Amino acid sequence: MTARTIWRKSLNALMLSITGICALVTVSTLFLILGFLVWNGARSLHWTFFTNLPAPTGEIGGGIANAILGSAKLLLVAASIGIPIGLIGAIYLAEYAGAKWAFFIRYAADLMNGVPSIVIGIFAYTIVVVSMHHFSALAGGFALGIMMIPVILRSCEEFLKAVPRSLREGAMALGASKWRTILTVVVPAASGGIITAILLALARVAGETAPLLFTAFGNQFWSSGFNQPTAALPVVIYNYAMSSYEDLHQQAWAAGLVLLGLVLVTNLLTRMVLGRQTAQGR
Amino acid sequence: MATLSTTAGPVRQISRSRALLNLLRDGDELAHAVTLTFGASILVITFLLIYELWIHSTLSRQKFGFSFFFTSTWDPNFGQFGSWPFIYGTLVTTAISLIIAVPLGIGAAIFLSELAPPKLSRGLSFVIDLLAAVPSVIYGLLAVFTLVPLMRHTIEPFLKRNLGFLPLFKGPAYGVGFLTAGIVLAVMIVPYIISVSREVLLAVPQDQREASLGLGATRWETTWKVVVSYAGAGIMGSVFLSMARALGETMAVTMVIGNQPKVAASLLSPGYSIASVIANEFAEATADLHLSALTELGLVLLALTLVLNGMARVLIIMTARKGSGVAQ
Repeated sequence: MTARTIWRKSLNALMLSITGICALVTVSTLFLILGFLVWNGARSLHWTFFTNLPAPTGEIGGGIANAILGSAKLLLVAASIGIPIGLIGAIYLAEYAGAKWAFFIRYAADLMNGVPSIVIGIFAYTIVVVSMHHFSALAGGFALGIMMIPVILRSCEEFLKAVPRSLREGAMALGASKWRTILTVVVPAASGGIITAILLALARVAGETAPLLFTAFGNQFWSSGFNQPTAALPVVIYNYAMSSYEDLHQQAWAAGLVLLGLVLVTNLLTRMVLGRQTAQGR
Repeated sequence: MATLSTTAGPVRQISRSRALLNLLRDGDELAHAVTLTFGASILVITFLLIYELWIHSTLSRQKFGFSFFFTSTWDPNFGQFGSWPFIYGTLVTTAISLIIAVPLGIGAAIFLSELAPPKLSRGLSFVIDLLAAVPSVIYGLLAVFTLVPLMRHTIEPFLKRNLGFLPLFKGPAYGVGFLTAGIVLAVMIVPYIISVSREVLLAVPQDQREASLGLGATRWETTWKVVVSYAGAGIMGSVFLSMARALGETMAVTMVIGNQPKVAASLLSPGYSIASVIANEFAEATADLHLSALTELGLVLLALTLVLNGMARVLIIMTARKGSGVAQ
């Protein structure tokens, strides 16, 4: 072998192993994150942590029950905005839209998807908080709902388009109008994917903190209805982590473990179910 | 469609109602209109977003004009708002994160698309998708309690000892600051670079690789000179996408950047970023001018991310078309 060949071969081996190391480093981050959270958070997890209100400032103990309920409320509002607009918009894109309109709507959705969440927070503030004159669960849920729309729109469109043409033609040949075909054949056929898309979108906005800081704001106590400021899981993690009490730091770890657990389990389950479905489809 | 019904009897009244029915095609036009309304609402929301931010920042835009971007005094008490320290902090942290994340991400994407057996590649991509789903406040939480002490006690003193002659690594080691924020951002954007780059690399037609290998190139030469350069525009797109993410990332940066409006050459110095100042001050801002100035910062972020995302999409679409065009 000439020196040149040896050089080329060793460069080949070197660079290829470097790419492997890159992948290894990145993937191990997830396990580091999980490990640290479980290590630090599991100690503080206790039943009362899920059922109690936060303790008054400076006192030990207390829980995050109001934040869990608050997050659920915010997600409810978000879902009632994000799901109809996202799903029906996706039906338009997949079934009705001409190429030009579809392109514009898709492009707008992709742009909205990249807008920083804090900017969406300002948007929700100017629309909801300014007109209501106070922070509320409604405003926070509105911000999260806006963030859900592009995610649901784009993924539902893909699932609807993946429904075989023969199914549509079969329904239409039986005399069903187009909208009946969509409603009774296409959407049910894509329902697994649609539910997956909705769950993934919910998991994504469930962890959002920035848009809630000045819309849902936070609350030390229970909030009744949707008209009051409400606590939320990610905001509690942020506030506790930045506080100067060791006990609150512990609770931040525990709340972080709860939040990450919820997000990862949703992701794992839906992606596994989805993976199996697409495998069967092929 | 039910337009083939019998039209034998030429009765006026019936034909009129039938005309209406035909117009609606059993409700199909109506369904079309309803779905169009929902679909178009995303366009409306996008325009409304820009409009609202533009209107609510009027006060600040009129008072400060372009000096808003180039002056450094941010004093809510005296109504002085210059945003240069925040813009500087955002640019510096984004630059640091890209310097770390781009080589790492592209390297990993190459491994996943070119080298790893399909099963391993799918498994690792799955984990990387999960990483992208981790909320940013979790990254912040971990960074505050693990990375910041590590930076303060180990990494920053080390950098000062060995590279302290550079202005980049001068000053006391606080643990929080530009460098720490940049590292956290890098960890957060790597998954995006990997998943988009991997898609783009997989879209490169197989015959490109085979031709290069057939000419006697090594695996690495094929990957680097043929596959990566073929997918160059798309990889550039993935970098723009993740750059937009890094610019707008709020929580993790707010937790580790130190929140001091300073313009310092040293990467170890605490700083501030656009998104962080919005997060910290928006809820407590009472003066109209203060809110308006913060909204203008939001508008800056929006403009930057819209432009970057817009360019990224075009690049990615271009690469995808190129791939399918040659393959057919």
